[in-house]
Amino acid sequence: MKKLLRKIFLADLLEGLWVTFRNQDPKYIVTEQYPFARPKVGERYRGAPRLNTNPENGETLCISCDLCALACPENLIVVGWERNAQTKRKELVNFTYDTSRCMFCGLCEDACPVDCLELTQDFELANYSRDGAIWDRQMLEEGPKPARYKF
Amino acid sequence: MAETYLDSTELVLNMGPQHPSTHGVLRVIVKLDGEKVLGTDCVIGYLHRGVEKIAENRTYTQFAPYVDRMDYVASVSNGLGYCLAVEKLLGVEATPRAQVVRVILTELNRIASHLLWLGTHALDIGAITPLFYCMREREYVLNILEKYCGARLTTHAFRIGGLQYETYEGFEQECLAFCDMFLPKADEYEELLTGNRIWVERMRGVGILSAADCKAYGVTGPMIRAAGEKWDLRKAQPYSGYQNYDFDIPTGEFGDNFDRYLVRMEEMRQSVRIVRQAVAALPAGPIMAKVPKVIKPPVGEVYVSIEAPKGELGYYIVSDGSTQPYRVRVRPPSFVNLQALDKMAKGCLVADLVAIIGTTDIVLGEVDR
Repeated sequence: MKKLLRKIFLADLLEGLWVTFRNQDPKYIVTEQYPFARPKVGERYRGAPRLNTNPENGETLCISCDLCALACPENLIVVGWERNAQTKRKELVNFTYDTSRCMFCGLCEDACPVDCLELTQDFELANYSRDGAIWDRQMLEEGPKPARYKF
Repeated sequence: MAETYLDSTELVLNMGPQHPSTHGVLRVIVKLDGEKVLGTDCVIGYLHRGVEKIAENRTYTQFAPYVDRMDYVASVSNGLGYCLAVEKLLGVEATPRAQVVRVILTELNRIASHLLWLGTHALDIGAITPLFYCMREREYVLNILEKYCGARLTTHAFRIGGLQYETYEGFEQECLAFCDMFLPKADEYEELLTGNRIWVERMRGVGILSAADCKAYGVTGPMIRAAGEKWDLRKAQPYSGYQNYDFDIPTGEFGDNFDRYLVRMEEMRQSVRIVRQAVAALPAGPIMAKVPKVIKPPVGEVYVSIEAPKGELGYYIVSDGSTQPYRVRVRPPSFVNLQALDKMAKGCLVADLVAIIGTTDIVLGEVDR
């Protein structure tokens, strides 16, 4: 009898409607207004790569050891270096990082012995050409500069 | 051939690969008699990336991120399976702390995977609301994963021998807060769906696969449990310390779509139970076992399987003693479960075919690899 009444009065459907009604509460709104408000990603987020420099004199921390290039599963890092004839030390000339093939696994970052190469919290990596996805040393040191539009 | 235009013949219909309810790029060739499905034929391979071949040209460490790309909604499970396989090959075991953190993350990922399944499957049937709610709750899990390892979907959370990252500050509290928050939400989904007459009518008695058929096809995971078979690798051959946790294996009765739905709902609750126990038992200590920098396992072969959210996920690795695996073969649960589609779909209607593909819970990244 109760079953029949429930069926006639659409109790099962109304219960579901009540759930959706309860969920109208503004405290359940989780939508991010993306271009207006940028989400704050986690501290360990693996985003755009960056070559860290010494904050005091602006020199690169990279010691051209090539470990990141060896660790990379996609072989997308090319470290260009030259041996300085006077100091007999390797000096970084260029550093290419192909973000179009990168899968942001973080193995290069783990391999770096001097905390120079780092995956940062920048996540806006879009650009207009395939060549633009290949970052050189300057780009890696400065980081991406996504356009901030005014609305 | 039809003699007059009133005669009917079988109709061959192509469904997919761009059909939204195939959950990816599955193409199903359906033979129809009116609305009735006479037979199906799956065409797969649209997402084939040759993961197993890639493995032969990567070192053991380098291949770990690739396995995340197979079942991309449950990448933590994939990583766990691969790490366990290589660890067995090397003869090392992860540290106790690493094992417990692995269990926590894997179970959270299981909840996330089942939530995505529930949302998209309800959407296939026509209930749009659960999708939004499921995505909202899944976000909490993804945030925990993001804070822990820096990525939300393709996590690369584990390394061979343990973990790369120590847990962040407030990790335990956030996991427990998610558990507390999630259980009432799970009841809410059930309130929306379990009693709903449209949902029940669409799911009950559709796509029946008996336990004997499941075994014949090699179907595992929630599908075989829905058929009444208590088969869960976490209990049957415990790995990563699952024998220490107290949880039940939910089973169904009829092996139809509705039972599969109920089993998955209950599994999420059991995962919450495991997460709570694991957080309470989280020991202190190192997170990385002693593993050589260059991983060079001895000559040999190994097969390790774990209970992924979709079923038995196995890795078969052959080592020739070098730094790169000689062969890696993956036993993906979705691919094996998809075999049974024809058996389940025979005799049902076209609209039910969508529901059956939905409850099979396939991820095409894993089917095609």
